[in-house]
Amino acid sequence: MPWSLLKYGLSKRYPARRDIPLDKDLKKSYDVVIIGGGGHGAATAYHLARYHGITNIAVLEKGYLGGGNTARNTTVIRSNYITPDSVRFYKESVDLFTRLSNELGYNMMFSQRGQLTLAHSDASLRTFRLRAEVNKHCGVRSEMVDREQIRELVPCLNMDENARYPILGGLWHKDGGTARHDAVVWGYARRAAELGVEIHQRTEVTGIQRANGRATGVETNRGTIQCGNVVQAVAGMSAVVARMAGIRLPIRVYPLQAMVTQPLKPFLDPLVSSAALHCYVSQTARGELVIGGGSDPYELFSTRSTLELKEGLIAHCLEMFPFLSEVKLLRQWAGITDMTPDYSPIMGESPVQNYWLDAGWGTWGFKATPVCGKRMAETIANGKAPDLIRPFGLDRFSTYALSNEAGATAASH
Amino acid sequence: MKIMHCPLNGPRNISEFTTAGEVGEMPDPRQADDAQWAEHVWVAYTKVGVVKEWWCHAPTSYWFIAERNTVTDEILRTYPANEIYRERKHFGAPEDHGG
Repeated sequence: MPWSLLKYGLSKRYPARRDIPLDKDLKKSYDVVIIGGGGHGAATAYHLARYHGITNIAVLEKGYLGGGNTARNTTVIRSNYITPDSVRFYKESVDLFTRLSNELGYNMMFSQRGQLTLAHSDASLRTFRLRAEVNKHCGVRSEMVDREQIRELVPCLNMDENARYPILGGLWHKDGGTARHDAVVWGYARRAAELGVEIHQRTEVTGIQRANGRATGVETNRGTIQCGNVVQAVAGMSAVVARMAGIRLPIRVYPLQAMVTQPLKPFLDPLVSSAALHCYVSQTARGELVIGGGSDPYELFSTRSTLELKEGLIAHCLEMFPFLSEVKLLRQWAGITDMTPDYSPIMGESPVQNYWLDAGWGTWGFKATPVCGKRMAETIANGKAPDLIRPFGLDRFSTYALSNEAGATAASH
Repeated sequence: MKIMHCPLNGPRNISEFTTAGEVGEMPDPRQADDAQWAEHVWVAYTKVGVVKEWWCHAPTSYWFIAERNTVTDEILRTYPANEIYRERKHFGAPEDHGG
């Protein structure tokens, strides 16, 4: 058996499938240069090539494809935000996710199991009521649930009325779910590459050349290339890369830590999240529990982990699921998040004419991957941000027209 | 446990401290235009490397300045604010408060 397997592996008749073509030399010039080979960059490249006929594109990635925050998020997909602008935007993303496996011919393992957010105070209940109404108004499935309904949705949840933070009610978001994060970036990248997009890994951008308010060239560790348009989609390094183009962004950078337990039998169907406990938990198809996400208390450009944060996160997880106390942790990691003052992204136009921003994705970037790819591609192709992403423009800060989503996330900040 | 050296209280757990961002100059509110002021309000320094920040030891409400590296997570130096600010600073327009 091993011998026949080896013969099969070495046979030219059965070549290994390559999702991404081998690296080529950089060309002198591209119509669009996308800085960052994560989900957002790959999705933008795919949409430009597939729907806007622009295929002379280079995606430049400092490390390897999808190795940044695309690999480090906790794969939550939801649209139960609080401002109508955000709800409409993330709703389109959830809609695109439901069709993404078919769109790309790549299994996204999209699993729409619903998300339950817990309220431990009257203040939370009031916000949930507002969120439920805004969501329904925008066509998103969210409703208030009481303790009895919560018990039905998640029978194993600690419903003790004498707990430190007793559960008073919840926001049940039927559209919530998860998808396989690596599949998202690889699916987009593979189909983009088939359409002629060049994906250059291990290619670090070191500078942006400018003249007359336009970006003219992108300097990399493999030489300088000319560019028609430039997009930056570099979660964690947005402020640093934007500064190369002379743009200053309202972004502060914090590590966000998360972890995964050993696999258990399936017991947890919906995603459970608690803002008061700064903790959210979901069970993967493999049975592992994904526990997120604690932000570090001070700014840092490092993906190191700390015991203090893990202890806090675990303690809060055990308040929800006390029976997990003997379960072992399998992996733990951190990602670098770009936090904006209003917890909304910064997308679209920048002060440099042909330089486009896809930044400020803090802890909400993965769930927006498809809509971002679609709308950023539209922005570049038309030279103008569409109405759907206009509220997230960089200019909202100079007009103080912020889009506050600080209350609609369970990650601790 | 990560330790920060407070100039007043000595070495303490970093969880006892909060930070209020970079030590910087506020533009003169009487001179600054809207764009400058918006930049002052929103834009962050987000520096890769050594930063100089305001920190507070929360239990004693003691404010001081810390220099630390945002890549290696090392605290290089902490010192009282009067090492930089030797005289009292006046903000805003004094004539507005004259009453």
